[in-house]
Amino acid sequence: MSEHESTYVPKTGVEKWLDTRLPIIRFGADYMSLPTPRNLNYWWTFGGILALCLMTQIVTGIVLAMHYTPHVDLAFASVERIMRDVNGGWLIRYVHANGASMFFVAVYLHMLRGLYYGSYKAPREMIWIIGCVIFFLMIATAFLGYVLPWGQMSFWGAEVITNLIGAIPGIGEPILIWLRGGPAIDNATLNRFFSLHYLLPFAILGCVVLHLWALHSAGQNNPVGILIPKDRTKKDMLPFHPYFTLKDGFAIILFLLLFAIFVFYQPNALGHADNYIPANPLQTPAHIVPEWYMLPFYAILRAIPDKFGGVVAMFSAIGVLFVLPWLDTSKVRSMRYRPTMRTFFFIFLVVGVGLGWCGGQLPDAPVVPGFGGVVLFDGNLNSYLWLTRLFTAYYFLFFLVILPFVGLKETPLPIPATISEPVLTGAHAMPAAAPASPEKKG
Amino acid sequence: MIGTIKVSMPRIIASAAVAVGLLAAAPAPALAAGGAAHPRSGGFSFEGPFGVYDQGQLQRGYKVYQEVCSACHGMNLMHYRNLGDRHGPFWNPKYPNPNDNPVVKALAKEVQVPDIDSETGEPIQRDATPADKFRSPYPNATAAAAGNGGAAPPDLSVMAKARHDGANYIYSLLSGYRAAPAGLTIREGQHYNPYMAGDLTPFWTGDKHHVPEGGFIAMPPPLRNGQVTYDDGSPQTVDQYAKDVAAFIAWTSEPKMVERKQAGFGVIIFLLIFAGLTYASYRRVWKGVAH
Amino acid sequence: MAETGVIPEGEGDPNRRDFIHIAAGAAAVGAGAMIAWPLINQMNPAADTLALASIEFDLTKVQEGQQVVIKWQGKPVFVRYRTPAELQRVIADDHASDLKQPQTDAERTKPGHEKYLVVVGSCTHLGCVPTFGAGDYGGWFCPCHGSHYDASGRIRKGPAPLNLVVPDYEFASDTRVKIG
Repeated sequence: MSEHESTYVPKTGVEKWLDTRLPIIRFGADYMSLPTPRNLNYWWTFGGILALCLMTQIVTGIVLAMHYTPHVDLAFASVERIMRDVNGGWLIRYVHANGASMFFVAVYLHMLRGLYYGSYKAPREMIWIIGCVIFFLMIATAFLGYVLPWGQMSFWGAEVITNLIGAIPGIGEPILIWLRGGPAIDNATLNRFFSLHYLLPFAILGCVVLHLWALHSAGQNNPVGILIPKDRTKKDMLPFHPYFTLKDGFAIILFLLLFAIFVFYQPNALGHADNYIPANPLQTPAHIVPEWYMLPFYAILRAIPDKFGGVVAMFSAIGVLFVLPWLDTSKVRSMRYRPTMRTFFFIFLVVGVGLGWCGGQLPDAPVVPGFGGVVLFDGNLNSYLWLTRLFTAYYFLFFLVILPFVGLKETPLPIPATISEPVLTGAHAMPAAAPASPEKKG
Repeated sequence: MIGTIKVSMPRIIASAAVAVGLLAAAPAPALAAGGAAHPRSGGFSFEGPFGVYDQGQLQRGYKVYQEVCSACHGMNLMHYRNLGDRHGPFWNPKYPNPNDNPVVKALAKEVQVPDIDSETGEPIQRDATPADKFRSPYPNATAAAAGNGGAAPPDLSVMAKARHDGANYIYSLLSGYRAAPAGLTIREGQHYNPYMAGDLTPFWTGDKHHVPEGGFIAMPPPLRNGQVTYDDGSPQTVDQYAKDVAAFIAWTSEPKMVERKQAGFGVIIFLLIFAGLTYASYRRVWKGVAH
Repeated sequence: MAETGVIPEGEGDPNRRDFIHIAAGAAAVGAGAMIAWPLINQMNPAADTLALASIEFDLTKVQEGQQVVIKWQGKPVFVRYRTPAELQRVIADDHASDLKQPQTDAERTKPGHEKYLVVVGSCTHLGCVPTFGAGDYGGWFCPCHGSHYDASGRIRKGPAPLNLVVPDYEFASDTRVKIG
């Protein structure tokens, strides 16, 4: 990978001239011929899908900025003007709005793939950490962008989330006023949020370059999780193009189908009706919820009875991801060979979805309607408050206790010596000469 | 043991699908005790992936809006020219530029809009042109609130998107006024409507476990049978008026809906073909490659 | 997209093999074009801009010997009520040898309304707004690069290549013009 030898031979005079001055064609050619583990499954296609998502958001965003007006009196109407008067504006805006959701669908699946197959473990810690930075920047960008249409959810979302910073003891209040540019969310806030919303995606793009650099330096993980020795490169690897360009391309088109169904047939299903009411600083909507992709973290925030404690818990939920490579004590990367850990992983998956569900509910609402329950401390055990606390506890236990301990105690299954072994033998026995069905193993 | 591995991938797929599905549904809030009645279906022509607006219904809806609603509710995102837009109430393929559409011009001319005399700078009233916005019933939000007991009548331009199940909600609300159940204390200047969001518990003196659905609304029942004259033979009833004006507001909220669905159909067919070709190409390249 | 060089050898009919890759590549190119068009088209004038394509103007607001500047499609339009002396002079110059773009005054006005001249107030050189009543020909003078127009808006001297543009307009009544 890092030592991947260049096989590019400049053919024409122009190519030779360029190659000694700016070897950009060589760079592209080497990238395309990069040896890639042949056993990568469809869960590995989300990297390409995410690149597409980022480009979609940047391109549609630049276009929308040509028509959008960041002013409290004009923002809502300028967005609706895009929807009504700008040629094809409705399409571009719906792609951008739903694109944010699609981006998060893909990034969550990408992160779960990394978690399941141990893609964060040595020597790939930096890939994972940069990925966490990207995820954090994505949340910030999405939040800033949601404020821009200046609907009721925009305004009150901004109000509630910026108030989190005010929870920091002592310095919170001055920082809050500095961030908002005044005592309340107003025109100054909208203008700076627009500026930052335009800036951050380019910061994400920069991090993506680092993410890929780190990836090509450490080499790609694979579903078996073992490092591929240099002498097996020929046997275990395939050039990126055309094998993985086509596989990624096919996955991207399937993803676009899902995307298109939302954009063209359910464009507002992932949003909230209240955001089509212009922002009114004098009236709060009955029920404030963030966009779906923030709900798990919003649930963690509400699980803690203390204001500052809630903020700390919410940021810790993201922060713990940064130290994940050092929390996992197992030498085995792929959970394929860690049956105990795999069970905990699937519980984690259910808990994550459950946190998202809880984040959209009123904390005091009963989980099982019509069932009394018992009051414990500040809430009924049969309420979303306590269900959220249960899930929050598991979320942190998973990272801080289960990962370190199971790694030390468990007995992993035997790990194949090469990635070709499970392909060519055992359950997937397939004579090497016979054409193998590519989708045999997910 | 490796055999068990195969199970994990479909399981992840299934879990992920459930995750996406659940999260997508999650933003729908759970309402507090009481809550509003579930809206009745208006049986609208524009529902479903191939649904389109019914032009006759939009014309009737505009008439109801113009003669009844516009006395209090503005539509500040709408211009008279929009009435002649493609798929709009007065769209005529002979006039691709709606500003030339004689029906639209005539409808605009019926309305007086405020302007500033370009020579003297004095405020004047003049005939509207297709380029003008719908006339606003009040000069500003403060005047709107002052004229309505403190609550400004909301702008209706995007109302169908600003409420869950918008068109059915508007239809149900407008045609759903009924006498308040005995035991409900009605506040001054308020009206009971079972489809209005709210919580009536504090005003209910009856059985605590059977708080009536709905809430209070400041708007008195706006429609009466026979109030608006239809010239296409449609029934001149509150139910029909409510349906028509709900359809009209659905159109003003999402005027590009028909274009969107039609474009979507083409895009999805294209993506299916593209996916098929790419899959064939992918399979061919990977043929004979064990992995 | 799909290069054939890396494909494992011994695949069936080469023509059919190539066809599927070419078809997939063509579909990708088609997808690119489909994506590019809305991104380009969004910069064309929007519906609200097009809606302002025509305006009406009341000619009684212009005094004899004066002009009124109105804004039409974001550009200045000069509506000039010319004096008999100015009219005489521009008609006398109808066939002057220094006309870069020969046009008679009658070609630039409406029959029966010759005293009114309606022109777009952008210098045909680089778009500055010429100054009323200045220059060597009693029409307009462009301060940017020194173009002289006569009272019919015809270029007489200076770098501008063409006469001031007469927009599409018509008389809605004797005292009202509709421009656009």
